[in-house]
Amino acid sequence: MRNRNLWYWLFLAPALLALAVVVLMPLAYGVYYSFTDWNGIKTPSFVGLEHYKALLDEKEFRDALWFTTKFTVVSVFLINFFGLSLALLVTQKFRTNNILRTIFFMPNLIGGLILGFIWQFIFIKVFASIGELIGVEALEGWLSTEATGFWAMAILMSWQMAGYIMVIYISFLEGVPQELLEAAEIDGANSFQRFYHVTFPLVMPAFTVSLFLTLSNSFKLYDQNLSLTGGGPYNSTQMVAMEIFKTAFVENAMAFAQAKAVIFFLIVAAISLTQVYINKKREVEM
Amino acid sequence: MKKKKQSRIILEILGIILALIWLSPFYLMIVNSFKTKREMFEDTLKLPDVFTFENYTVAFERLDFVKTFFNSLLITVLAVAVIIIFSSMAAYALSRRGGKTSGIIFMLFVAAMLIPFQSVMIPLVSIFGKLEMLNRGGLVFMYLGFGASLSIFLYHGTLSGIPKSLDEAATIDGANRFQIFWYIIFPMLKPVSVTVAILNIIWIWNDYLLPSLVINQQGMETIPLKMFFFFGEYTKQWHLALAGLTIAIIPVIIIYFFLQKQIIKGVSEGSVK
Repeated sequence: MRNRNLWYWLFLAPALLALAVVVLMPLAYGVYYSFTDWNGIKTPSFVGLEHYKALLDEKEFRDALWFTTKFTVVSVFLINFFGLSLALLVTQKFRTNNILRTIFFMPNLIGGLILGFIWQFIFIKVFASIGELIGVEALEGWLSTEATGFWAMAILMSWQMAGYIMVIYISFLEGVPQELLEAAEIDGANSFQRFYHVTFPLVMPAFTVSLFLTLSNSFKLYDQNLSLTGGGPYNSTQMVAMEIFKTAFVENAMAFAQAKAVIFFLIVAAISLTQVYINKKREVEM
Repeated sequence: MKKKKQSRIILEILGIILALIWLSPFYLMIVNSFKTKREMFEDTLKLPDVFTFENYTVAFERLDFVKTFFNSLLITVLAVAVIIIFSSMAAYALSRRGGKTSGIIFMLFVAAMLIPFQSVMIPLVSIFGKLEMLNRGGLVFMYLGFGASLSIFLYHGTLSGIPKSLDEAATIDGANRFQIFWYIIFPMLKPVSVTVAILNIIWIWNDYLLPSLVINQQGMETIPLKMFFFFGEYTKQWHLALAGLTIAIIPVIIIYFFLQKQIIKGVSEGSVK
């Protein structure tokens, strides 16, 4: 009997230990620190809800949260729109199908940091050249205002993630039985009706998966934010993840940053739990 | 029928145009990386008069690229190997013994996927600093901690489809648990292992924030880390910056070119489940 338990814990130990030390312990400490005056060095003493109260009044965090929310809404819409469109396009019977998929997916293999740098060049130098060529001044200085910085990030994220979402939609679209579509066609359904009544209900699950994937990815964005705009001009395009990082490692306000991190965790967890709930509900219905 | 064929051709042309738009940032990066500083200043849209390779030799040297590349390779290979071995073992234990304890531990791993990195990063750095583990070993261990959840989840799904009678038959033949796992079960998990490897390689190879907090020391930098400093230094010198970016991307594009089918399949399997 002892032997039977021994192998079990031996097999589990490395992964479980890593999870505990790398994720669970820091999370627990983090929640605790957010109620103290911890600064990374001295022994923390309890300060209650002080940081959370201060959070409500801090403009920087509120601005970052609001910017992140706006950005998330817009990019979720754009990414899914482009992702589904590309998926519908490359599931037609083209000869160039495979190469098109390969190209649309390509940006996802390259790190967000590097992609942000490439697009920084596009927005600063290439846009200026195009503006000069066609005489549109609005194309100059694209990363130097909040509004254009916002759209620059939305464009970068749509370009990067549309291919990823496309891949998810494709795997569902290819699961739609060809006979069903043909039967509908024989019954006189036009291509819009075939899409709306046959294909659409069958790819609904892909919609949920993609929606939440883009939702949490956009909300947690850091690398692209850092390399494309760096949060500038004057922190106006700074997202929550970057704001937490700066509070902690630039301003050295560790406990205050940790309170922000706890709020950040609660929001991200709420998004993911909603997804789990919806999935469960649908499974029951089916 | 003819009309249908026509609209298909129009759609295909649309697809090709979109693909060219998708590629244009890479095209512009590469074309401009061959220009001199003066040429870049004049116009970024035309081809260079003379293709100059000087930017590349300078960038290659300043990035210390051979060393940086092997730093990235070392971290990625070690971390992915560790994740594959220990996640598959853990998933095997959880799926074979079952019961309440296993259920709780499995839920713990799955629930950990909800936790964003930023909400644990500050205490994490503090804890590992105290343990004097802010080094490559510590980094690999952290990747196991962050990567185990999804990997165990993927392995667990496949393992529940492999009948237990296989294990029992091997037990009767006198094999112990380690032998059963290594010689019978693990080889059967090869397709999932490929998926797990692909997902983790893409993540770890490109990761910037975690290495920047853990191994931010001269001589240990991975590609994203080195790229960040390099870009900061040459931000007004686009010709060098672009050559550096191109160098950093080339290895990934070459591998993608050979393994695109497996990579796309792996990513879609990993995200749909």
